[in-house]
Amino acid sequence: MMTNPNGIVTQGQFSFLPALTDAQITAQLKYALKHGWAIGVEYTDDPHPRNTYWEMFGNPMFDLKDAAGILMEINNCRKTFPNHYIRVTAFSSLRGVESPTMSYIVNRPKKEPGFGLVRQEAEGRSMRYTIHSYATDKPEGERY
Amino acid sequence: MSETDPLHAILADDAPVNLEAEFESSNVKEVLDKLDRELIGLKPVKTRIREIAALLLVDRLRKQFALTSATPTLHMNFTGNPGTGKTTVAMRMAEILHRLGYVREGHLVSVTRDDLVGQYIGHTAPKTKEVIKKAMGGVLFIDEAYYLYKPENERDYGAESIEILLQVMENNRDDLVVILAGYKDRMDKFFHSNPGMRSRVAHHIDFPDYSADELLHIAKLMLAAQNYRFSPDAEKAFFNYISIRMTLEHFANARSVRNALDRARLRQANRLFANASKSLSKTDLMTLEAEDILASRVFVEGKLDMDGDEGSDIVAD
Repeated sequence: MMTNPNGIVTQGQFSFLPALTDAQITAQLKYALKHGWAIGVEYTDDPHPRNTYWEMFGNPMFDLKDAAGILMEINNCRKTFPNHYIRVTAFSSLRGVESPTMSYIVNRPKKEPGFGLVRQEAEGRSMRYTIHSYATDKPEGERY
Repeated sequence: MSETDPLHAILADDAPVNLEAEFESSNVKEVLDKLDRELIGLKPVKTRIREIAALLLVDRLRKQFALTSATPTLHMNFTGNPGTGKTTVAMRMAEILHRLGYVREGHLVSVTRDDLVGQYIGHTAPKTKEVIKKAMGGVLFIDEAYYLYKPENERDYGAESIEILLQVMENNRDDLVVILAGYKDRMDKFFHSNPGMRSRVAHHIDFPDYSADELLHIAKLMLAAQNYRFSPDAEKAFFNYISIRMTLEHFANARSVRNALDRARLRQANRLFANASKSLSKTDLMTLEAEDILASRVFVEGKLDMDGDEGSDIVAD
């Protein structure tokens, strides 16, 4: 792909960079904790960009002081789903914000087949285009 | 544990280091002095805290020569009678360990059995893990820890909680210090039935009971913190009160003193009200008189103060 030379899914923060190390993740977690954001760990095996709601791994973590506990949870999730996409989201409960403020991928499948372009004939000679993830041809849980 | 600062290069073998300077720069002295000033008595406790502080400081110096050693386990067990200051010391411990760079945040999460053990199958593990995650980077203080294990009920979920704790105490030594507290005999029984726990807790510290002199000293500190003071007569009366109270049942050291002081404040307020016609000075508002203390049932009937209903006696006369 011309726009994505590494052939990896790019969504959320830092996705054009090399994978974050644990130390870098810890630094990002510290940043979120400093702002008092609640942090959640989520996973999925459907990489479509419009797949917004991923499965939560455990409960979102409120009122933590230190990043070590979250990193422990991330590592647990990696152990359980070594071949899934795993992301960390930070949620701000501040009035007027009340939405995720950070979201970045911390684990991805070893091989990401990417997306194909799907064309659909429509009325007249018009064409409709969409993308389709090759991985989702297989049923859930067997994709990667 | 703080990461080794990349700016600090490894020192040469014969480079001198200054323990004194390291001690000064860590601000530990300030905390230890505060400990001496504000905690009366508790000799064995203070000695052990000094030892731990010394070990961590020496460890820091060793690190400058790249003499690495395993992080010492600092999980602790505080035993002692009620009101001997276990919780207070635990709070201080968090601060001291933070100053020494052993824990990153230095906050104290204080929990009891209810916060760790769930009510149905599958409830305990997430609950315990959540508490542990909250305590990471600080100190997890488990009060009345012996309640975690109830041998008479084999379906009790406490054992599951203990298992998770043990795992974290072993694997996340750098992230978390666990302090258990409870009465001596019950804690001994608890450790006896959980040998894994015993071996993972390196420091067993016993809190001795206070003497009457120490309790009077504590009372004065408590009053000073609330901007009260004893009159000279009241001080004598309170010393007598403590001596008698110590022989009665349900004596809870500093906690009994605090309750007695609270009741004395009630009586003082009542006394001031009774003489409302007289204009009061600042000294009047600050001073507890002997009569505020002598009105206690401990003196009058040689019985325990029953909390709360003493005010009525005073209003009567």
